[in-house]
Amino acid sequence: MAMTQIETSVPASMPESRDPDPRPINSARDRNDRLFRAGLSSTGIAVLAIMVAVGLFLGVQAFDALRETGLGFLTTTEWEPDRGRFGIGSVLLGTVMIAFVAILVAVPISLGTALFITNVAPARFRGVLISLVDLMAAVPSVVYGLWGLFFFQSGVIGVSRFISTWFGWVPIFSVSGAEANSALPNATVFTASTFIAGVVVALMVMPIQCSVMREVFSQVPLGEREGALALGATRWGAIRVVSLPFARGGIIGGTMLGLGRALGETIAVLLIISPRFDINFRILETGGNSVSSLIALRYAEASSFSLSALMAAGLALFALTLVVNFIASAFVARSRSGASSEA
Amino acid sequence: MTILNETSSSSDQMNSQGSSPPKTILPKIVPSSTPPLDTRKINGISREDLGNIAGAAASSIAMTFLLFGQLAPLNGAVGFVVVAFLLFIAVYALLVSLTNPAPIVTDKVMTAILAASTFLAFAALASVVAFTLWRGREALTTWNLYTEDMSEAGPADPLSVGGIGHAIVGTLIIIGIAIALTVPLGIACAVFLNETRGRFNRTVRTVVDAMSALPSILAGLFIFATWILILGLPRSGLAAAIAVSIMMLPIIIRSADVVIRLVPGNLREASAALGAPERRTVWHVVLPTSRSGLATSVILGVARGIGETAPVLLTSGFASSINFNPFQDPMVSLPLATFEFVRSPQPALIARGFATAAVLMVLVLILFAIARVLGGRPAGHVSDRQRKRLASRSLRDLKRMEPEIETGKL
Repeated sequence: MAMTQIETSVPASMPESRDPDPRPINSARDRNDRLFRAGLSSTGIAVLAIMVAVGLFLGVQAFDALRETGLGFLTTTEWEPDRGRFGIGSVLLGTVMIAFVAILVAVPISLGTALFITNVAPARFRGVLISLVDLMAAVPSVVYGLWGLFFFQSGVIGVSRFISTWFGWVPIFSVSGAEANSALPNATVFTASTFIAGVVVALMVMPIQCSVMREVFSQVPLGEREGALALGATRWGAIRVVSLPFARGGIIGGTMLGLGRALGETIAVLLIISPRFDINFRILETGGNSVSSLIALRYAEASSFSLSALMAAGLALFALTLVVNFIASAFVARSRSGASSEA
Repeated sequence: MTILNETSSSSDQMNSQGSSPPKTILPKIVPSSTPPLDTRKINGISREDLGNIAGAAASSIAMTFLLFGQLAPLNGAVGFVVVAFLLFIAVYALLVSLTNPAPIVTDKVMTAILAASTFLAFAALASVVAFTLWRGREALTTWNLYTEDMSEAGPADPLSVGGIGHAIVGTLIIIGIAIALTVPLGIACAVFLNETRGRFNRTVRTVVDAMSALPSILAGLFIFATWILILGLPRSGLAAAIAVSIMMLPIIIRSADVVIRLVPGNLREASAALGAPERRTVWHVVLPTSRSGLATSVILGVARGIGETAPVLLTSGFASSINFNPFQDPMVSLPLATFEFVRSPQPALIARGFATAAVLMVLVLILFAIARVLGGRPAGHVSDRQRKRLASRSLRDLKRMEPEIETGKL
């Protein structure tokens, strides 16, 4: 510190002290405050204990099943625990594919909505739009599932058919059993597909991503935006050169948070998809699977070993969502816009 | 007034002293020969834009009709919207480029795309809400839906028999227990995260973050395996409430943490300066200041918890009759009842499922509206009524203390 050179001179005539008995300032906590702190810490310990209990318990219970199969658990596609042949090869792949379809659909929409709310919409509508996005996040997933099953599915089959007819040469878009030129093509080969489940999950993750992104966009320094506008940039120009680079960490973080949510979604997927246990990359074709819908379908099986197998699958899913979430928070925290933009 | 007089007198003095009185010299305004440039408009919609948008919309819809009706083997509502939108963007870009340079064309097209994505998101929301209400309309308008349960009604019975009273009761009981478990623990933990520093604090924060990644079905699986299989306790509403609590806890902690962080530090310092111990600062300053935000975070957590299906499915299971006892026997919640109804092929049951989903949605909407009203205010904001109440309380204190002050006791 350079300041140390300056000395304060005290006039000699200053009286010693007007108050012969200065108030003692005691910063130590009294007994009740220490109790209070202990009480607060105990809530932290309780939360920690619950979490560790869930994680440990899943791990211990899954151990039986994992010891039986070893590394083959990751690659086996069947799920017949009682015959000793089971693995998450197909279900985990199905989960990841549904989540990726959801992210591919949700990210452009949430990014566009976040940019529209922060940069384009008149200020007086902004509050309403933000409330609507939050409301979208609060709609229960079973309602989205109903909508997907009874409404969206019949509307989107035409699109599925079009894509599979014209882009069927791309492996993931091909559909076995769909004849391109038949007069009455069989619509049922397009129902209950990974694609439809993914779009419905996209509706659920979109508001989460949107609110993280909006938060970050609203922190873009006004001076930099105005600088871009003053140099002649159009509104989109200012977004492109200022907002998007500034918010990059938040955009990636928000996307990952949505991905974490999409991986764990159960009931909407369970309603829509028809389960299958093979490696299937054809997203438009009937049938897919996810870890959480597998658990919801099979938990009632009596044997404790098959439950242990389900625990192992759940553990794998949890590990995946944990990794995704931690990467997301790392991105959000490290970005220039980070820190205060937690979801 | 006095100040004014003084200044005028001092300026008089200056005038009398100086030989040439200082004057402010204004530059002469020269009338410009060229008219001033228009300010560039960045926001807003001009009449030209409106014309372009209308023209592009009309032409794209017409073209899409032509494609879908005559030219191409396309069908389906979603496909129609997609094709119409792509054509709209193309035609709009063409129209704008007739009169504008390239950067403005990009700007207009991107603005249109941003607006369209927002519109798409809200159209999806509106469609979800409207479709659910529409499909449930017949069951929703019968009174027995809200008062009866399904114990007397078979799958093929008409909508005039049976209802979802058991699911409404079940949801209220389950969420009530979950609130009783999570709100004290969640808010205390959020206070803990804000009022203390250190390594343990950071650990808890990380763990809460991790916990919010826990898929809800795993919370259900955990309770199913411990509560029911290992401890041998019956499937019950209580088990479901605990599973839902595990899921709600991190949501409430994280949002309450953000709200408590917004409490201004100088309020805490003022309280400490007045000699309040830490526990009183928290109880009388921090929590009341962030009360509306805390209510919002609790309600948002409840809105998530109330709609969870998977944990209730695993821990409580289906029931068709009303059950007021959370310690025994399955207890069904609204989302679980919805799920159960729509898995059946019976049209009457599916209609019931939609009605159940609609009731659930309305419940969430009401909770959400309450949260908005409460949470619209920033931390520390005092409403008019609260201000009046505080003023009257302060007046009462004054009246109580006045005699003592006058008699010299205080």
